[in-house]
Amino acid sequence: MDFNDKLPIYIQIMNYLKRKITSGEISECDKLPSVREFSSKLKVNPNTVQRAYQELEREDLVFTKRGMGTFVTEDDDVIMKLKKDTAKEVISNFIGEIKGLNFDDDEIIEIILNEIKKED
Amino acid sequence: MGNLVEIKKLSKNYFNKKALDNLDLNIEEGKVLGILGPNGSGKTTLIKILTGLLRQSKGEVLIDGHNVGVYTKSIVSYLPDRNFLYNWMTIEDAFKFYIDFYSDFDLKRGEELLDFMKLGKDMKITSLSKGMTEKLNLTLVLSRKAKLYILDEPIAGVDPVARDQILDAIIKNYDSNSSMIITTHLVRDMENLFDDVAFLKDGGIILKGNAEKLREEKGKSIDEIYKEIFSK
Repeated sequence: MDFNDKLPIYIQIMNYLKRKITSGEISECDKLPSVREFSSKLKVNPNTVQRAYQELEREDLVFTKRGMGTFVTEDDDVIMKLKKDTAKEVISNFIGEIKGLNFDDDEIIEIILNEIKKED
Repeated sequence: MGNLVEIKKLSKNYFNKKALDNLDLNIEEGKVLGILGPNGSGKTTLIKILTGLLRQSKGEVLIDGHNVGVYTKSIVSYLPDRNFLYNWMTIEDAFKFYIDFYSDFDLKRGEELLDFMKLGKDMKITSLSKGMTEKLNLTLVLSRKAKLYILDEPIAGVDPVARDQILDAIIKNYDSNSSMIITTHLVRDMENLFDDVAFLKDGGIILKGNAEKLREEKGKSIDEIYKEIFSK
């Protein structure tokens, strides 16, 4: 994983793990790597990984089992909410850019529908 | 958490030259502090005072509540910025040397680290490359169960593979009961290791703080902040 320079490292680690969760690469109940293992892999201070895990726990995306490690939530609703939040973010970026091209709403929807058909 | 190291109004003069000028700095227990500055900014002078190799001209240094002396030397493990082993030694001899000198030397940890660094006990000091020497020195320093580790330029002049191994060894051996001071001007390679950073310029601290907070406040990496400060 490459770190972008502008953001605190713990936030980048959180975003990285969120992407893995939304894409299903890490699924419900999976165990995250231990803080030590992960910090060694990423070459970052263990306190930073610890902080990322704590913040993810505060957002209910992961939970810790005493002496066992950190696990991804079992709650589908929480993961669905994360997906929807991520989707909102993607779409709001997209809308910002496409509005810059001066299309009206109907045109935008038409373009999207056409593209989705192509993908299928 | 308390401060393991407290430095108050520290000054060091070499004749007329001020190497350190009224410097204040604390290091919290369990934290990794990066002291960042170009050559000649006073990093090594500061480290030498902390390790008792130099005496300050003015000011106070407390490590674990004690003035620098026999006690503080027993809890500080120091990696100098150059090789400190004798040429006649093998790695085995270097280990014995450390065991004799330091009662907190953990042989098991030392052997694991040596293995991790891909070094063998029968190797001679004279046969080691620069990167290997650095890895051996670091192995010895990290194998002590110290309260404070002081690493002076631990990755200067080593190749990228050795650099990664060194970073890995530092991370693997970090534990929350001890603190670490790392000096470097290779900020980009090391910045993700630091809890706190202090920028040293002309013998004084011109900026210090939590690394993540500084990134957040300035929207910049520590490396970019470093360049901004020192390219002026």
